[in-house]
Amino acid sequence: MSRRTKPLSDPLLLAAAGAGIAALATGAALWQRRRQARAPDDAPIATDAPHWTLGKPSARALFGKSVLVNRPRAELYAAWTPERFPEFMENVVAVEDLGGDVSRWTIKGPAGRDVTLVNRISEREENASINWQSMPASDIANSGEVRFVDAPAGRGTYVSLILAYDPPAGKAGRLAAKLLQREPEVQARRDLHRFKQLMETGEVTSNASPSARPSEAATEPHF
Amino acid sequence: MRAVTWQGRHKISVETVPDPEIVNPRDAILRVTSTAICGSDLHLYDGYIPGMRAGDIVGHEFMGEVVETGASSTLKRGQRVVVPFTISCGQCFFCEKQQFSACDNANPAETRDASELLMGHAMGAAFGYAHLTGGYAGGQAEYVRVPYSDVGPVVIPDDLADDDVLFLSDILPTGWQAAVNADIEPGDTVAVWGCGPVGLFTIQSALLLGAGRVIAIDHFPTRLALARKYGAEILDYTQVDVREALDEMTGGIGPDACIDCVGMESHGFTADNILDQVKVKMLSASERIHALRQAILACRKGGRLSIPGVYGGFADKFPLGQLMEKGLTVKSGQTHVQRYTGELLDMVRDGKFDMVSLISHHAPLEDAADMYRHWHDEQNLYTKIVLKPGLKKGAIEGRQEMAHA
Repeated sequence: MSRRTKPLSDPLLLAAAGAGIAALATGAALWQRRRQARAPDDAPIATDAPHWTLGKPSARALFGKSVLVNRPRAELYAAWTPERFPEFMENVVAVEDLGGDVSRWTIKGPAGRDVTLVNRISEREENASINWQSMPASDIANSGEVRFVDAPAGRGTYVSLILAYDPPAGKAGRLAAKLLQREPEVQARRDLHRFKQLMETGEVTSNASPSARPSEAATEPHF
Repeated sequence: MRAVTWQGRHKISVETVPDPEIVNPRDAILRVTSTAICGSDLHLYDGYIPGMRAGDIVGHEFMGEVVETGASSTLKRGQRVVVPFTISCGQCFFCEKQQFSACDNANPAETRDASELLMGHAMGAAFGYAHLTGGYAGGQAEYVRVPYSDVGPVVIPDDLADDDVLFLSDILPTGWQAAVNADIEPGDTVAVWGCGPVGLFTIQSALLLGAGRVIAIDHFPTRLALARKYGAEILDYTQVDVREALDEMTGGIGPDACIDCVGMESHGFTADNILDQVKVKMLSASERIHALRQAILACRKGGRLSIPGVYGGFADKFPLGQLMEKGLTVKSGQTHVQRYTGELLDMVRDGKFDMVSLISHHAPLEDAADMYRHWHDEQNLYTKIVLKPGLKKGAIEGRQEMAHA
């Protein structure tokens, strides 16, 4: 499956949009830092929000997302294995098992470059959670957790993903990647939803269909 | 294959495009035998639906013959099926609650983001209706790919003609759900704004669900005549003050249930566009916005308001206080087509509905561009258009040539 980014293909437009967003993001980050500087370190957190949605002063990008999947917890836990990742992780080309819970991932990165991740599963709780941590050989330092919790009233399972990573080439690179829809956060959010589709319906949803646009094939998704 | 494509505002063309192919195991491919133009296709035609791209194949009311099936499809080659306009997986939380139009899987991961931003949660998916609702090719074509073909399509017995069952795809279940959502009690007076195809099926449905009387409101003589034929009393809003007439017809209390089958031309969804579109509409004094407001003011205290009409964004001057103080119950939403098709097919077989007399034209697929123009400009003469891919260009049948006339 190939990803198309036609509307943003003009490099000038991309640069202008990137600069605008970068200015906004910088402003927001400064405001956030100033706001947090005023709060004493030991102030209690007056919120029940998940911790990954709270202020993020570090440069490390942090992402969290939960999705309701209408299947039993054990089935979802069993399906979350590196061998099956290419089925629902759209930009994962291959996952190679290096033994000892270490695997090497080849993923499609921004601007057509392949990126290699080397990740080790650091902790596993049967039918409940999987944690991982990247190894020094990884192109992108990353760590994360996927957690499976029973949803109430027989609705299936809440699957929660937390992902932290050092964006390649810093904040600017992250923005550029986001505009090209190759940013890990965008990918993770969509991959999580593809996991839900695969588990609930047995297939990853595709809108692949013909159009009168000569550049598109009837067998490839488009948007 | 040949297909009806959207090329821009008021630009429809029939083009040669690639044939659809099986992509997923639950898919099926149909050879389309009949496909109708819907009132909501006019929102696309008028350019009010964001997320359309030049070259998109349109059409969400269609039926045909199964010509190819994926490994997990339950359909068989050669079966005739009608396809619900809503694409629904049948297995998510929403589909299990029979809220099929809210399906959480049919809108692909790539197209969900925009609609989630605009609506709060990602919308479901539909055929031939912009990329906010999935970007699937529509059925105004010779062939169409149908995802989740084991859940949606309704297999049609041979003794029923295309015209008898085609509207199971959208406007019959939409009219039925509109009446169901009005929580009709025996003997109720039900007022229906708009006598387009959905309004006409709402009238029939309300009477079948026990309404004592139905009062229909429109201004096109042909559409009002159809409403009367289906058993409604009629009001031409160009001739009367609708609220005064409704009060006088109900001893001063107003109708028990009011159903808005008008909707408003969907406004732009992008932040800058929404306000502009609403302002444009308000300045043009469109009676379409007027209909919902009038329905709220006309409804009896403690009555019910059902809104099958399509709305897209924010509305101006919405009578919220009147809604609250009168204690109205409101139900709305896109149609959960798959919930109703089984019982409605049985009712069609039992002859409960007049399925055909609203059809004003049969036309070849090749004449689609002209038909869209007529559908948009001549709503008195054109009350429902059915496109037939099998007909030769120019072979248009009007009401007088058709057997049911």
